[in-house]
Amino acid sequence: MSSDPVNSAAVATPTRLEALAQALSLALPGKLTRAPNTAGELTFEATPEALLGVAQVLRDAPDLKFEMCMDVCGVDYLSHGRGEWTTESATSSGFSRGVARGAQRQGELPPGRRFAVIYHLLSISLNQRLRLRVYCADDEQPMVDSVTGIWAGANWFEREAFDLFGILFKGHPDLRRLLTDYGFIGHPFRKDFPLSGNVEVRYDPEKGRVVYQPVTIDPRVLVPKVIRHDNRYDPQLTNAPVHPSSAKTDG
Amino acid sequence: MAEIRNYTMNFGPQHPAAHGVLRLVLELDGEVIQKADPLVGLLPRATEKLAESKPFNQSIGYMDRLDYVSMMCNEHAYVMAIEKLLGLEPPVRAQYIRVMFDEITRILNHLMWLGAHALDIGAMTVFLYCFREREDLMDCYEAVSGTRMHATYYRPGGVYRDLPDAMPQYQPSQWRSKKDVDRLNSRRSGGLLDFIADFTKRFQACVDQYETLLTDNRIWKQRTVNIGVVSPERAMQLGFSGPMLRGSGVEWDLRKKQPYEVYDRIDFDIPVGLNGDCYDRYLVRIAEMRQSNRIIEQCVAWLQANPGSVMIDDRKVRPPRREQMKGDMESLIHHFKLMTEGYCVPAGEVYAAVEAPKGELGVYLVSDGANKPYRLKVRAPGFPHLAALDEMVRGHMLADVVAVIGTQDIVFGEIDR
Repeated sequence: MSSDPVNSAAVATPTRLEALAQALSLALPGKLTRAPNTAGELTFEATPEALLGVAQVLRDAPDLKFEMCMDVCGVDYLSHGRGEWTTESATSSGFSRGVARGAQRQGELPPGRRFAVIYHLLSISLNQRLRLRVYCADDEQPMVDSVTGIWAGANWFEREAFDLFGILFKGHPDLRRLLTDYGFIGHPFRKDFPLSGNVEVRYDPEKGRVVYQPVTIDPRVLVPKVIRHDNRYDPQLTNAPVHPSSAKTDG
Repeated sequence: MAEIRNYTMNFGPQHPAAHGVLRLVLELDGEVIQKADPLVGLLPRATEKLAESKPFNQSIGYMDRLDYVSMMCNEHAYVMAIEKLLGLEPPVRAQYIRVMFDEITRILNHLMWLGAHALDIGAMTVFLYCFREREDLMDCYEAVSGTRMHATYYRPGGVYRDLPDAMPQYQPSQWRSKKDVDRLNSRRSGGLLDFIADFTKRFQACVDQYETLLTDNRIWKQRTVNIGVVSPERAMQLGFSGPMLRGSGVEWDLRKKQPYEVYDRIDFDIPVGLNGDCYDRYLVRIAEMRQSNRIIEQCVAWLQANPGSVMIDDRKVRPPRREQMKGDMESLIHHFKLMTEGYCVPAGEVYAAVEAPKGELGVYLVSDGANKPYRLKVRAPGFPHLAALDEMVRGHMLADVVAVIGTQDIVFGEIDR
């Protein structure tokens, strides 16, 4: 993996990342699970029950000091890793080719893994960043504790996540919809919400006002979602020379 | 005894000082604000959801339309996120071009902000002065991308094309005399870099002009000093970034602290305010324009001395040139695949942040290995700023709401997304 020397010089050198990971495991033993880091960024996962305690420590511990919560957002993992076209095999040097239409990943998402809230934390005093992910335990009524008491700036970000994903934030002072229309029904950023929405508005000359009606647009997919296994990005292959047994044959 | 009740007033959404489509419900006690409730969501286009339905490259144009007065900086964050996941590093020349255009964009944004902010609180002239310089910078956008605003110029792996060697010329017409055209074209005899170099020479004097109009102006100071004061601790707590944070005295700039592209090779300073009021934020932004000018000067000098490629040579990401595509089978296949399906980005998640003119613009990108983003979240700098509006205007007079909205540099394209 060719990492960007300019970007990594100041913040994301491996030693600094590991030092932070070390500090986290010391400050919060057993509270956090480490997720694989990509592109020199640290991701940790916490349980919804532990969130408030973890957030408090992250903000106040002297070697963590994440005094800023830059972003809170929801993610709906409903169709994560599912392509509309599926490819099975790849040559050792390029893209996979055989495309079977309609094939999808088998198996349902395990319960409690559909909705997650992602926090992006920043420490200005120590110049470090951290991503914290909390999966909501209940898929039907996803709920996590609000961190507005710890980072006041999370207020609107949580309202947005509530509006777009229907994630409830327990203890939020003012959990109203933020971005959607007055009287909107549904949570538009969920993966099972259609791209073109459910209702459209038009001016009705007879009634003399704007009316809502079901959408008249046919949903269509211009470019199908394709997941291709490009061996150049395979972590097992990028660092080591290609081994004959790991190189898949082209079908 | 007479019953005294607070008065509730609607501010916007159609109000010239609401900077677009802000609806504020104000609770007033006489003329003093007791509570301000910003109602946003009058301009949502669901950019993030739309991006989930399109190949990566097709969403670059949407990014321009987020914060529509600092277009290329938005593209930059998005493109950087893709590059981080793909593990690409653009050529150095492309990095310099990006830095140069980021700073041009910063000046564009700050000029728009300065003009609109001054107009809001009663200074008409500055607006006209600012737009004079904006026009030249818009011409730079046009020369390089063909459009004055929504450039779609940054691409994963570099920029779309190299800087042009000739600037477009004005033509005489029945509305423009030969003399006028000659005057307009006199700066356009060389290439784009010469045009920008000429601009940087003039621009310091232009900033002096704006300052003459405002900095020591008694009315300007009455309207801005001690208005909307935010302490540094509170600014961090509220998630402020950019000039809003620096105006409160926190020395934090991603270009210095977490440098991306070639910012670590460039000499510039971070201006910081002292009191965290509207006046200090004004001074910070004015000083930032001067610093941006310095950065552009350095970039122009480097770019003039170092020609080279502006795009990586990776056929799996960069479409082949038209001539190659017409004559070479493999290029034709690559072209077809990239144009119909796009490239697949390895699974993972990444957060790429740039110091946009308004603050930290972050793009959180989740990929599941497909040719489209799985989830795209744009962390708009103006979003937490507007969320703090209530806190900033409480106890101020009604007229100060306009000053606070102005100082926040609100643009609804990025708040509603």
